Amino acid sequence: MNAKENNINANIPQELFVPVQVDQSERERISRPSLTAWQDGWLRLKQNKAAVVSLFIIIVIVAMALLAPIFSPYDFAQTDYSAIYQGPSAAHLFGTDGFGRDQFTRIWYGTRISLLIGFVAACLDLFVGVTYGAVSALLGGKVDAIMQRIIEVLVGIPHLIIVILLMMVLPAGVGTIIVALAITGWVNMARLVRARILQLKGQEFVMAAQVLGTSQKNIILRHLIPNTVGVIVINAMFTIPSAIFTEAFLSFIGIGLSEPKASLGVLINNGYAVLQNSPYLLICPAIVIILIMVCFSILGDGLRDALDPRMSK
Amino acid sequence: MSEQKVLVSVQHLKKYFPVGKKQTLKAVDDVTFDIYKGETLGLVGESGCGKSTLGRTIIGLYPPTDGHVVFDGQVMDGKQSAAVHKEFTRRVQMVFQDPYASLNPRMKVMDIVAEGIDNHGLAKSRKERDQMVIDLLNTVGLQQEHANRFPHEFSGGQRQRVGIARALALNPDFIIADEPISALDVSIQAQVINLFQDLQKERGLTYLFIAHDLSMIKHISDRVGVMYLGSLVELTTSDEIFDHPLHPYTQAMFSAIPLADPELENNRKRIMLHGSIPSPVNLGPGCRFAGRCPYATDRCRTESPAFKEVAPGHFVACHQVN
Repeated sequence: MNAKENNINANIPQELFVPVQVDQSERERISRPSLTAWQDGWLRLKQNKAAVVSLFIIIVIVAMALLAPIFSPYDFAQTDYSAIYQGPSAAHLFGTDGFGRDQFTRIWYGTRISLLIGFVAACLDLFVGVTYGAVSALLGGKVDAIMQRIIEVLVGIPHLIIVILLMMVLPAGVGTIIVALAITGWVNMARLVRARILQLKGQEFVMAAQVLGTSQKNIILRHLIPNTVGVIVINAMFTIPSAIFTEAFLSFIGIGLSEPKASLGVLINNGYAVLQNSPYLLICPAIVIILIMVCFSILGDGLRDALDPRMSK
Repeated sequence: MSEQKVLVSVQHLKKYFPVGKKQTLKAVDDVTFDIYKGETLGLVGESGCGKSTLGRTIIGLYPPTDGHVVFDGQVMDGKQSAAVHKEFTRRVQMVFQDPYASLNPRMKVMDIVAEGIDNHGLAKSRKERDQMVIDLLNTVGLQQEHANRFPHEFSGGQRQRVGIARALALNPDFIIADEPISALDVSIQAQVINLFQDLQKERGLTYLFIAHDLSMIKHISDRVGVMYLGSLVELTTSDEIFDHPLHPYTQAMFSAIPLADPELENNRKRIMLHGSIPSPVNLGPGCRFAGRCPYATDRCRTESPAFKEVAPGHFVACHQVN
């Protein structure tokens, strides 16, 4: 092999050898297209089939929740005693309940309420949790220690007990459920945001900003918050299904929303009562809530993989 | 050397960190030295001896426990006026160790380099600002199209050069380089070091160059300071310290440098130190090196040696050197 190679080389005339030009600018070139962290995250999310399917299902459910009650010929509270406990048919896609109300309209109306509770609870969590966590991490010292002890006390009290006690004191309604969820739900977010900001605070790019004379306000707005957004988005994605689930649970045990208002939990509770004769009244809302829970969880998981900077080193 | 103009004067600088309720960690303990205009002062010492803390305290990232820094005649002791402080932040810059942690991953290179320009209002218009950034990138060997990219798209050496461009943006007089090459590949180290030297020639910069690579320090420094456990033990010119080290710690440390000549290398006698570096928390009286020093006497264990000039421009903190 070696001898053969030498032989080949020997047969090539010297003149054919030309020095390769090394272009300095070519050496520094980056061929990969320039992408922002979000574009990068989206590319990675697209590779995760389960997350994309989940995202699609969530979009369909949200669209149905927004549009179906508008286009449906029935009102969610409209009773029709001539058509009670009807099975699924062309007139009533998912059948009717014990008051002759159209189950299809009620499910999407209930989904709308459930999603509203989930989103608003997540937004309140975000607001309270991010502020609390950021303040705790940035002030540090004694303030941080006291704020963390408060969180530990809150974590020590079972979440459901606080919510149930609150529901007994406050008047029943969507607002009450949201308040009850927000009071206990922000703890997790606050802890995650605090941990992330503490980690960032010691990093050299924050020191570099200080050395460059960047104001404290700009360090928070331009350096700390943008690097925390990933954590916030991911946690919010997990908060939404848990809020929806808690609301469903409260409605199921009878201290959530009350008739004729509907949420997925109320519908499941009603369907459960007539499970033997009209199982479709339980199955349809149950499927919707399962889809919401599973899809948000898978999407949250996918987002974590896609946005986590540790993955994109 | 001594007739040159002093740019930075560090005077009795101390930085203590509280550890628990009663104990303190003396990271930097009573360090005094001058840096002359246009020179490179190398600072060496083993891990944890307070090199980086000293650099960060000088630039004001950590408030000093005691002592102060005099920069170009202005005392920077935390009580200076806001205008003086702002001028100080413009004229003194820092290059960091880890090129992967020193650039904000969510900002484009354009905005990273321009951060100081924006803070100090050095550019009159957006166009002028962008042109300044592009000029800076060219200075450090990067191109215009790199400005719109994010730090994660660059290699370690390229990132470090972005960090240098960021420090240069304010047109500083004095740059503290905190181990700027220790996180880089050996092949890239030379590139970055050469850039530092070229910039010094072009712009008349003064460097405080912190490193633990002794050969690199010898290559780049005019004078070298050796730190041990938070205090400066020896300071003199680069040639003098490598040829005639006086402090026992310096002698031991420099005896560990491998020589390129195999014959000399075979005859190289290494001074082995025994014992390990003591904890910098609650040090007793006496010389910090006494526990490991082959020449230690009772005086060394009870009395802390002063940092004195034993020959013109050669400072040592040791009782045994006269």
